[in-house]
Amino acid sequence: MQFDKPATTNPIDQLKVVGKPIHRIDGELKTTGLAIYAYEWHDKNIPYVYGYPVGSAIAKGRVKSIDTSAAKRADGVLGVVTTLDVGDLEKGKFNTAKLFGGAEIQHYHQATAVVVARTFEQARAAAALVKVAYEQETGSYDLRAAMPSAKKPDESQEPDTAVGDFDAAFRAAPITLSETYTTPDQSHSMMEPHASIAAWDGDEVTVWTSSQMIDWWRTDLAMTLGIDKEKVHLMSPFIGGGFGGKLFLRADAVLAAFGSKAVGRPVKVALPRPFMPNNTTHRPATIQRIRIGAQRDGKITAIAHESWSGDLPGGSPETAVNQTRLLYAGANRMTAMRLATLDLPEGNAMRAPGEAPGLMALEIAIDEMAEKLGMDPILFRIVNDTQVDPEHPERAFSQRNLSGCLTLGADRFGWKNRREVASRRENNWLVGMGVAAAFRNNLVMPSGARVKLDREGVVTVETDMTDIGTGSYTIIAQTAAEMMGIGIDKVAVQLGDSRFPVSAGSGGQFGANSSTSGVYAACVKLREAVASKLGFNSNDVVFENGQVLSGNRSIPLADAAGGEGLVGEDTIEWGDLTKTHQQSTFGAHFVEVGVDAATGETRIRRMLAVCAAGRILNPITARSQVIGAMTMGAGGALLEELAVDTRRGFFVNHDLAGYEVPVHADIPHQEVVFMDEADPMSSPMKAKGVGELGLCGVSAAIANAIYNATGIRVRRYPITLDKLIGGLPELA
Amino acid sequence: MKAFTYERASSVEGAAKSAAANPASKFIAGGTNILDLMKLEVECPTHLIDVNGLHLDKIEPTPEAGLRVGALVRNTALAADETVRRHYGLLSRALLAGASGQLRNKATTAGNLLQRTRCPYFYDPNQACNKRQPGSGCSAIGGFTRQHAVVGTSNACIATHPSDMAIAMRALDAVVETVKADGTKRSIPIKDFHRLPGNTPHIETVLELGEIITAVVLPPPIGGKQIYRKVRDRASYAFALVSIGAIIQPDGTGRVAVGGVAHKPWRLEEADVELKQGAKAAAGVLMADARPTEQNRFKIDLVERTLGAVIAQARG
Repeated sequence: MQFDKPATTNPIDQLKVVGKPIHRIDGELKTTGLAIYAYEWHDKNIPYVYGYPVGSAIAKGRVKSIDTSAAKRADGVLGVVTTLDVGDLEKGKFNTAKLFGGAEIQHYHQATAVVVARTFEQARAAAALVKVAYEQETGSYDLRAAMPSAKKPDESQEPDTAVGDFDAAFRAAPITLSETYTTPDQSHSMMEPHASIAAWDGDEVTVWTSSQMIDWWRTDLAMTLGIDKEKVHLMSPFIGGGFGGKLFLRADAVLAAFGSKAVGRPVKVALPRPFMPNNTTHRPATIQRIRIGAQRDGKITAIAHESWSGDLPGGSPETAVNQTRLLYAGANRMTAMRLATLDLPEGNAMRAPGEAPGLMALEIAIDEMAEKLGMDPILFRIVNDTQVDPEHPERAFSQRNLSGCLTLGADRFGWKNRREVASRRENNWLVGMGVAAAFRNNLVMPSGARVKLDREGVVTVETDMTDIGTGSYTIIAQTAAEMMGIGIDKVAVQLGDSRFPVSAGSGGQFGANSSTSGVYAACVKLREAVASKLGFNSNDVVFENGQVLSGNRSIPLADAAGGEGLVGEDTIEWGDLTKTHQQSTFGAHFVEVGVDAATGETRIRRMLAVCAAGRILNPITARSQVIGAMTMGAGGALLEELAVDTRRGFFVNHDLAGYEVPVHADIPHQEVVFMDEADPMSSPMKAKGVGELGLCGVSAAIANAIYNATGIRVRRYPITLDKLIGGLPELA
Repeated sequence: MKAFTYERASSVEGAAKSAAANPASKFIAGGTNILDLMKLEVECPTHLIDVNGLHLDKIEPTPEAGLRVGALVRNTALAADETVRRHYGLLSRALLAGASGQLRNKATTAGNLLQRTRCPYFYDPNQACNKRQPGSGCSAIGGFTRQHAVVGTSNACIATHPSDMAIAMRALDAVVETVKADGTKRSIPIKDFHRLPGNTPHIETVLELGEIITAVVLPPPIGGKQIYRKVRDRASYAFALVSIGAIIQPDGTGRVAVGGVAHKPWRLEEADVELKQGAKAAAGVLMADARPTEQNRFKIDLVERTLGAVIAQARG
C-alpha cells in the first residue's frame, strides 16, 4: 500500500480497540518469566555450549600474535577462534567499527577472540588465558583537544545550513546570547546485555539474538560471514531494552556464529556487562555553541547552532543541531556540524540521537535568553512558535501544538507559583522549577506484515517487527482487531522472526506508526480476501463483532476462513507527505527540583510531560514510553557520563556501578498528558511516535530548574554537585 | 574466574589454620564482594574457606556495658537490632545508607570491614594497579579520579575504602577481635585496623596470614546526636562521594569520621577537638594534608559543607 495522500476516514477511526488503555498482551509472559530472551532459548535435546569473548586491552594498534595454547588446554574448552584466524571480514554496512576479523584494533574491548567451552564458567576462565600481543599506536581520545582538527562531514549529513544573514542580524540584535554547552558520552546501559545463540545446519545458520532491526542484522551478519542472506535465519521475539544499542549487528552474533562453526555445536555468547560501553556503541559527546539574537519584544531575529563531535574514521556526527532548524522562528539562521576523528569506541544512535543532546543545549539557551529579555520562558517560546518550516516557509507543519502543550502544562504544573531565581527555600532545600520544549520529528519506514485468518476466527499477525519493551505486540494486536472487527483476544501476534515480512523495526520512534500501518495494509488485503471469498462487494462490507456484514447478510468471520484459511500480506510504503509537510511531535516538560543547600545534591521532586504526538494508539504503553524517557533524561541531566581516560582511550566506568543510571529513589511522581490529536498526514493510523519525544528536552528542563533554584547556570552535563558547590550559599 | 577448592569450616581455629596453611586462600561469608572480584579475576584465590557455619552471628552485651557483634551478623540484622538502634544510631544509619536491601541481607559485619575499593582501574584487569598486582603501577593517578581519595594517598595508590559501616565503627571506637592460626587472640582498635596505602596498597589491614575476625566490639554507649550523612550523585545504591559520621554532644563536643576521602575511615582526634569551633575548623584539620586531583578537589569543600550541615542538624 502506498500512502501518498492524507488519510480519510478508515476502520481505525472507530477506535473500538485502538486508542484504548489495553494492558500488554505479552505482559503475563514477561512477569511470569515465560517470555524467552536471547540467551535463554533452551531445548534439552540440543547440546548448547558457551562462548566467552576476549576484548582488546588497547585502544588502537595491531594484534601481533595471539597465544591460545593455554586456553585450548583448559578444562572443558572445545575451541578458540581468534580475530587472526578468521582474517579480514567484510564489515556490515551499518557498522562503523569492524566487529571481528583481522589484526587492526580500532577501539578498546574490540573482540579479539571467542573461547568456546562446555560450561559458561569454563569458557570464562579459559578466555582469561588467551594472551594477545599488541603493537600499540597513539590515538586521539579527547574531543576538546581534537576540536581544531574537526572536519566538515559528508554533504549527505547537511553539515552547513544557512538562511538570511545570521552574522549581520546577530550583530544588530539588541539582546544576544552566545554560550557553549557540552554533553558527555552516554551508554545505552539497557537491562539485557547483547546476547546470541548460533546454530549451523549445513551452510545455513540460525541465530537467536536481541535485535531491534531484524533485517539490518540479517543483512550485515550475512555480509560479515560471507554467506547469502537467505542462509541466515534470525529470531528475536523478546528484547530486554535497546535504546539504539541493538540497532546494528553486534559482536555477540558474529562470535557465536564463528564459535559454533568451529566446534560444530550451537554456541551461546553474551557480552559481559563491562564490554557494553567499550565493545558496543554509545551516544557521542558534543561541544555545542549557540548564539541567539532577539528584539526587545522577544522575537528571535538570529539563531545559530554549531556542534562538534567525534567518531572513528568513517563515522558520522551527532546531529545535535538539526532541531534548531525547525523549532523556533527567526529570519536569519545557520547551523554547522564538524566531526573529529576519535579512536574511542564507535559513536552511534542512542534514543533520540541528535535531538537529545541538541535540546539539552538549545533549551538551556532559550531559558537563558528569556531571562535576558525579562520574559517568562514559556511566553518566549510561544512568541517564537512557528507553524511553518523556518527555512522553507512554504512548507507547513502537518500539525504543531507546541504552544498548547506549554500552556496546558503550565496550568497543570502550577507554573504561576514559580519564583524568582534563588528565592525559594524549604528547610535545607533550594527549590526551583524549569521548563523545556520537547520536539522530535516523525519518521516513517516501509513496513510489511502478513495476516492470517483461521477457521476459529483467530487472526495471526506475522511481521519481523520487534518489541523492545515498547508495546509493539499490543498495538499491533489492537490494529488487527480493529481492522477485522474482532476482540483483541482473537488476535495472535508473532514478531521478530526473519521468515516474516520485513518491517520498520524499532528505532527513531518510527516503529509504532510504521509497523501498525503495515499491519493496517495487510489487513486491508485480508478484508478484501474475506469479502471476495464470501462474494461480497468489498466496498460496503463491515467487519464488527466477529461478523462480516454486507447489506442484510451477516456471516461469521471464521466461516470465511474455510479449511485452509485466508492470508493478507502487504507492505506500507510512503509517498512524499513527509517532504511536502514537516511532520513532527511536540511536547513540554516541567520539572521541580530541590538542591541541597549544603551539598549541592539535586533531587527531582515532580515531573510533568505534555505531549502532542498524533493519535495515541494505547495510552498505557505510550505513557510507559514517556515516563521511561523522562527517567532517562533525569539520568542524562544528573548522573550519566562515560568517563574517558584520554591517555589510554577507553571509557573507564564501564559497568553499572560506575556508570550510574537513575534508581527508583531518584524518580519522583511523573505525570504525562497526551493531547487529543490525529494526524491524517502521518499514516492511515494517524499516529506518530512518543518513544523519543519523551526524552527530548527533559534534561534541559532539569538544568533550568536547578538554575531557578540556585542561580547557578551549569552548561556542562551531567549537572553533578561538584559543578554547583562553588556557587551555593555560604553556610550559616 | 579461576578454579578453586572449597571447604566449610567448622571451627574458628580450624578456619584460621586452614587459611594459614594456604596463603592463596580467602575466607568467604556473604560473598557480596569477593565473588564479583573472582569473576573478573581481580581476586584469584585457589581455595575458599566458607566461614558461614561458625556461629559468629550473635549480638551480645559485654560485661563493660558495650556490645559484641559477631563477625557473621548480617548488615540487615545489625542495622535492625534494638540496642544498636537505641544506643548506636550512627551504626544503624550508616549500614542502611549502604548497598541495597538484598546485599545487606547477605553482607556480614567482618566482610563489610574487609571489602575492597571500587576504583574502576582496580576492577579492570587490563589496567595497571598496585593493589591488584603489586608493583605494576597505578593507572588511576592521572586518569579518571572523581571518586578517589584526597587524604592519606600515596604515589602508589589513591583508592578509597568504600564502606559506610566502617565510618560509624571508627567514630564509635569499635574494636576488632580476631583469632590467629596458633589460637592467640587479638583486640585491634578500629583506628589501627585499616592501613594507608603507602607503597603496599595491596595490604589493606593489619590482619596476619590466617587471622580471622570473630567479632567487632562496641564500647559502652556515649549518647549524643548520632548522624550519618552520605553524599552521592544518585539517591540510593551508590558509593559515597563524601560521608560524615558524627556524634555531637549537647555541649558541642564530639567525634567525626569521614568516608569517601581516604584509603581508610578518616578520623583525626585533633579534628574532634575543633568540632566545638564549627565545621570550618574541624574540616580544616581533617583535610589539612589533602592532595586532591583536579577532578576530586571538590571533596575538600564538600567535607566542610556536609560537616556544617551535620553540626547544624545536631544543634537543631
